[in-house]
Order: sequence, then structure tokens, then C-alpha cells
Amino acid sequence: MTPRSFTSIAALLMAGSGLSIGPDKTYLLENRLAPVMRKHHLDSLDALAAKLRPVSFGSMPGGLEQDVIEAMTTNESFFFRDDKPFTHFRTRALPQLLADRPAHAKLRIWSAAASTGQEAYSLAMILQESAAMLAGRSVEIIGTDISREALGRAREGLYTQFEVQRGLPMQSLVKYFRKEGSQWRIADSLRQMVQFRSLNLLADLRSVGQCDAVFCRNVLIYFDQPTKSRVLAAIARQMPSDGVLYLGGAETVLGITDAFTAQAHERGVYERVILPPAQAALCPPSFAGAAARG
Amino acid sequence: MSDSTKTCLVVDDSRVVRKVARRILETQGFIVREAEDGQQALLACRAAMPDSVLLDWNMPVMNGLDFLKALRSEFGPGQPPVMFCTTENDISFIEQAIENGAQEFIMKPFDEEILLGKFSQVGLL
Ligand SMILES: C[S@@+](CC[C@H](N)C(=O)[O-])C[C@H]1O[C@@H](n2cnc3c(N)ncnc32)[C@H](O)[C@@H]1O
Repeated sequence: MTPRSFTSIAALLMAGSGLSIGPDKTYLLENRLAPVMRKHHLDSLDALAAKLRPVSFGSMPGGLEQDVIEAMTTNESFFFRDDKPFTHFRTRALPQLLADRPAHAKLRIWSAAASTGQEAYSLAMILQESAAMLAGRSVEIIGTDISREALGRAREGLYTQFEVQRGLPMQSLVKYFRKEGSQWRIADSLRQMVQFRSLNLLADLRSVGQCDAVFCRNVLIYFDQPTKSRVLAAIARQMPSDGVLYLGGAETVLGITDAFTAQAHERGVYERVILPPAQAALCPPSFAGAAARG
Repeated sequence: MSDSTKTCLVVDDSRVVRKVARRILETQGFIVREAEDGQQALLACRAAMPDSVLLDWNMPVMNGLDFLKALRSEFGPGQPPVMFCTTENDISFIEQAIENGAQEFIMKPFDEEILLGKFSQVGLL
């Protein structure tokens, strides 16, 4: 592949999904884009690069460009991944949010890089098991992702034997799944609790509405600093002042945004920070960050 | 966190499975003992109770479920944690495992990630 071809594919990925990729990752392009090349009858990455049209930042372009963007996403996920965030949500955040809201208020939870659905369904299991605490209150889980293929699998709710053995206790397997051939189908009662939609995190996120808890896990790692800041700021705007944000084990808000602060002693759990309007207007984000740290 | 004094009794009539499980568990500091069927496993438990048991279902002499029942009735519920590791993968088997006091259920074929994931799920890692 010529350096020029690499540059145009990398530029598409950056604008299209925020994926930041260096020249040392050429092998990854070769591996992941082979099926896309076959589908579009292209015999080399150079031929593919030559056909790419420029995309505007955060758009969902469709066609070859979308196929390239989606093929480069990493969709690995598993149930109750890392365990702790889910325990925190069940034992701390959920009771607090319920206590702070009027009984008729609907609770909204967002799995912001939902992939094949395990995160959203783990949350649905927690909510079903918290029925007594919820006392009839309505809850909505929204799962969004850029990958239509991953979302298709999430909606389908059909998992391999390998997938249902990652993170899922056997009691939950028995309770929420039934066997279908060699695969496992998730219960309709859980499927009905989750709404999956395509959404690019780089785009306007207002369509998601306000969400009390946001799981945005294991996706920021693929973005560069400015993209991380931008996405976190946009997520913050979709959260109330007492909203809770969960990030992945290798992700942080530190030095990236002032919109959130880490909860003491709780790895991966962040609270919204609302600066008083006057202060917010005086401090551009980078300055406010430096001030807070310094 | 791995505790180098933890023991695991691997019960399987397949030498290959015992060897694979041993290799994986030893990397986590487990001291592994082996038994080829339920009866041998019960004798091993009477001699020295392991901290955990990895248990096949279908074995000659005494199968995994009968071993589990005997273990729980002789030594009481709960301890040590028993994880089934079997080619049986129908819900009814998992239900029987739960009813009879198993802590987890691994469906073969398994790999290192699944095995260690289940050990950590039940608090052994
Ligand atoms: C590794 S998975 C994380 C799944 C789940 N959150 C978890 O922690 O197990 C990352 C997901 O982020 C999605 N993704 C990557 N870039 C995105 C973007 N710009 N907008 C929305 N989703 C994106 C990918 O399609 C992929 O499904």
C-alpha cells in the first residue's frame, strides 16, 4: 500500500469514527479490510483507497466508506465486563438515582458503545432483579453503536457458547437464556427493555435525550485526545447534574475533560461537574482543567 | 490475586483434559491434584479437602453429579466450591448442578480465559 493510500484510509477512519491509526497498523488494515475488498470487488488497498469519497466529521456515510469504518471497529464485549462497574451501578448509583427522583420520573440508562449488546443486557438483568427497589418505575435502556452489524447481533440476542461463558454466572444463564441449537437466545423480557439504535459518538448526541447513567466503556481508547474530550463533553450535555458515567478500565477523564470528576475510591466511576455559568464562561476547558489540576 | 497455597482437585477421566486444566491452574499458583472418577475424587477429599474442585460429569465408576451429592452430604453444603466442566450443555444439566450445590458450570470445550474467568467469578482468583 502506498503512503498516500494509507493516509486517505486513516483520514476516513478519523473523520468517520474517531479511530486513530498509525502506519504501524498497516497489517490491521490488510486483515480487517479483506472482506470489504471482496464485497466491493477491489483487489488491493490502493484500489480501495482510490475509491473513497471524503466524509464529513461524525457522519454515517453508508456505502464503501461505512463498510470500511465498521470493519475497523473492535466489537469485543462480554457480560458484566469487569464486574465492578455493574456492582457499583446496582448497589450505589441505582438506589441513589431512585431516591433523588420523583416516583413518576422515568430512569434512562445509555450503553454508548453497545456493540453486540452484552453491556445493555447485563444492565437489563440488574434492573429486572431490582424490581422491588424500582417499585413499578419505568426504566429505559438505550444501546447505541456505530456498527450496524454489531447492533444487528445485539437486537437478535443470540450468543455463542463461548460468549455466554464470559462473565455470566450460571444462574443468570439458566434464568435469562434458552438454548437454540448450539447457541443461546436471550429472554424476550430482557430484549424488550433495551432499544438499540445506530449512532456515531462523534455526531450530535442530542437525539439520545437525557440519561441518568451512561456506560461508555472501552471505546474512548480508540480515539485521540481531542476526540475523547469532544465526545465526553457531548455526553456530559446529555446527563443531569447527578448523572453517573462509567468508563472502561483503561480510560479516564483526567486531563481530558472538566465535565466529570472521578468518584473517590471507585475506579471507572465518574460524576458530572457543573461549573457555575460565570466560571464556565471565563474558563476555556483547557484552562479550567489546568486550574483544577494545578 | 493468586494465593500459592490454594489447591484444586481436577476430576476427569480424560488425561488430556486433566493436563490442560493443570497447566492453566498452575500458572495461577494452584497446587493441582488429579482424580480419574468420582470415587477416586471422594477418597482424595476424605484424605485432604481441596480448596476447589473442577469436575467432569460423565465418568466411569462414579459420575460427577453422584460425586457432588456424596461430597455435599458427607461434608455439608458450600465448601469447597465445585465447578462442573463438561460437554453436557443443556439447561437441565446446569439446573441439576445448581440444585446439588455446584458453584459454576463450564461447558467444554473451554480455554484459559473461560476457566480462569469462572474461577475468578466464584472468588478463587
Ligand atoms: C470494544 S467495544 C465495547 C463494547 C462494550 N462497551 C464493552 O465495554 O464491552 C467498542 C465499540 O465501540 C464502537 N465504536 C467505535 N467507534 C465508535 C463511534 N465513533 N461511535 C459509536 N460507536 C463506536 C465499536 O463499533 C464497538 O462496538
